[in-house]
Amino acid sequence: MKRSWLLLASIAAALVLSAAAPVNAAGTVKIGIIWPLTGNAAAAGQASKAAAEVAADIVNNAHPELGDIPLAKSAGLPNMGGAKLELTFVDHQGNPSLAQQLATRLITQDKVNVVMGAYQSSCSFTATAVAERYGVPFMVGESAAGNITGRGFKWVFRGTPIASDYARTYMRFFTDMKKQGKKINSIAIVNENTDYGTSVAAAIVEEAKKSNIAVAIQIPYSASSTDVSPQVLQLKEKNPDVVIFISYTADSILYMKTMRNLNYLPPMVVGDDSGFSDPSFVPAVHDIAQGAMNRSAWVIGKPGSVISKINEMYKAKTGRDLDDTSARNMQSFFALADALNRAGSTDPEKIRVALTKTDLKPNQLMMGYQGVKFDKTGQNILAATYLIQLHGQKYELVWPDKAATAKLQWPMTGWKK
Amino acid sequence: MLLLQVIVGGLLLGAIYALFSSGLTLIWGMMNFINFAHGEFVMLGMYVSLLVVTWLGGGPAAFGFAAAFALFVLGVGIYLSLIRYVLRGPMLAQILSTFGLALLLRYTAFWIFSANYVSLPQTSLSGTIDVGGILMPIPQLVAGIIAIALTIGLHLMLTRTTVGSQLLAVAEDRSAAMLMGIRPDRMQALAWGLSAGAAGIAGALMAIAYPWSPSVGETFGLTAFVVVALGGFGSVPGAMLAGLIIGLIQAVSAYWLGPIYKDIVVYALFVALLWLRPQGLMGKA
Repeated sequence: MKRSWLLLASIAAALVLSAAAPVNAAGTVKIGIIWPLTGNAAAAGQASKAAAEVAADIVNNAHPELGDIPLAKSAGLPNMGGAKLELTFVDHQGNPSLAQQLATRLITQDKVNVVMGAYQSSCSFTATAVAERYGVPFMVGESAAGNITGRGFKWVFRGTPIASDYARTYMRFFTDMKKQGKKINSIAIVNENTDYGTSVAAAIVEEAKKSNIAVAIQIPYSASSTDVSPQVLQLKEKNPDVVIFISYTADSILYMKTMRNLNYLPPMVVGDDSGFSDPSFVPAVHDIAQGAMNRSAWVIGKPGSVISKINEMYKAKTGRDLDDTSARNMQSFFALADALNRAGSTDPEKIRVALTKTDLKPNQLMMGYQGVKFDKTGQNILAATYLIQLHGQKYELVWPDKAATAKLQWPMTGWKK
Repeated sequence: MLLLQVIVGGLLLGAIYALFSSGLTLIWGMMNFINFAHGEFVMLGMYVSLLVVTWLGGGPAAFGFAAAFALFVLGVGIYLSLIRYVLRGPMLAQILSTFGLALLLRYTAFWIFSANYVSLPQTSLSGTIDVGGILMPIPQLVAGIIAIALTIGLHLMLTRTTVGSQLLAVAEDRSAAMLMGIRPDRMQALAWGLSAGAAGIAGALMAIAYPWSPSVGETFGLTAFVVVALGGFGSVPGAMLAGLIIGLIQAVSAYWLGPIYKDIVVYALFVALLWLRPQGLMGKA
């Protein structure tokens, strides 16, 4: 009995010692990743986690078939003697204060070299502030709220397009539609009421003003609502030409079902990614939301293309295609890995400088961006997005015309044949 | 007209709140015991429905019954294997045991069903009927009516039948009930079965219209506590009234003031009422 205690104690001691050993045992770079792995947005977090794991596999092992994707050809980071990326995932459950605590833990206890996260804008907002305080580079994978960058932070970078980029895209699209003779006099904005929905809605209101499109009504709501019929009835009363939903998963499904039940079908519904891109959305409502539009910078390429090969790797792991959310996270992950390699060291300042010098070209990307290049605030200025539309059980790229793979349907048909 | 539509929607949702809350209030009334896992029972009822629909192709009647039955069995099982023992322990152990149970059920559901949102495919219960300009979605209408009928049924069973008298007798005075030849353990197991069964069928009714994931129990659990406290601890008619009131207030304040204010309104009225009437609407002082 005594001996087994001794054994346990020595194992424990060994564990403690190994944790206290020099931060980086030769050959690994630690990336701490904060996502909602449980809670309301768990599906998106889990999908992104799988995407990050595929991306780490691509970086850590040789994948010559993936062409110009950064670090695919070599195994590990060549400038660091083939060092491997090691991922530590933590779960903030969609809770901004937990995200803040976890960021602190990753940096001070797990001693990660860089941090990535955090899906919900409200969580990215708090977690990035921690990284800034400790001077550790933070890559925001895909949160859209404008205020995450632009706070004068030195250590925060963001690969994804942001609220104002999306808002401008929508207005360009509406203006284009008006030219083609579609009637768009007024729009309605339905947004969940945390940082994400509020900031995107504000950006849309601002851009709509510039484009002379009236906002008939703006409806903020809480994403955990169990009943949205009052909101749908308000929409019905105002009768806008387009309804834009800035919603998470359960709520966007609930809206589509409630609209069907209350027999309200606007000429067009535009979803702002998130809920509309969640893997649960299409199976749940494809038969009642035909023609609903969504934004996406992710399009699965032709079979045999580099992008479709990445999708195949992801599909082999999860049984599903990559979605826009996890693909944007994956793209940000590659940009981060590329900077780590160019830094050639785990010194935070060197990594930061390498990030500021990032310049990825379209052929090195898996997304429909024009590139990855960060401005002074850390925002990727070459990010862009496409618009897609639900046809049958899948989204087709319908706008801009030059990239389109299918013809835009206007008005949407919803549940009507 | 729109307001009337909003009111109808609120009442139909409130009816389901009433049904699952009546289960919680029953346990409280029977044994002064707070069950923190009640929202999880609703969640499990939803998943049982999903399994019945996807594997057996069952319709609403089949999955409603299956959810009620499965949760009844689970409720009895939980009483016999866990609650019976912690009842002898200190108050804190009682509280923490169901809290732990809630987490166990929730994370088991995460493990089995994954974190993805699921929803039932359109069942034979779909479409809307138009009553003088008010659109009533048939799924919600049927769900609301069934919920009210079951809540009333539960109340009648407690007050008008022998089994009900025996349940109440155990609640009133355990030793006296034993002297009368009633077996308290059996009665309390029955109460747990009924409580969980009501939550299960409420879950099945919610599942018809509402997409969910394993964390949904949190929302329902909280709602149930508010309903029970508002209605009066231990009172089934109170829970029914309070459920309807909360559904109604949520809907109307969401429509008039905007959805982000609805919970403020509900909780402000809730606190105000407790201040005036701490025992709840129909509770005994």
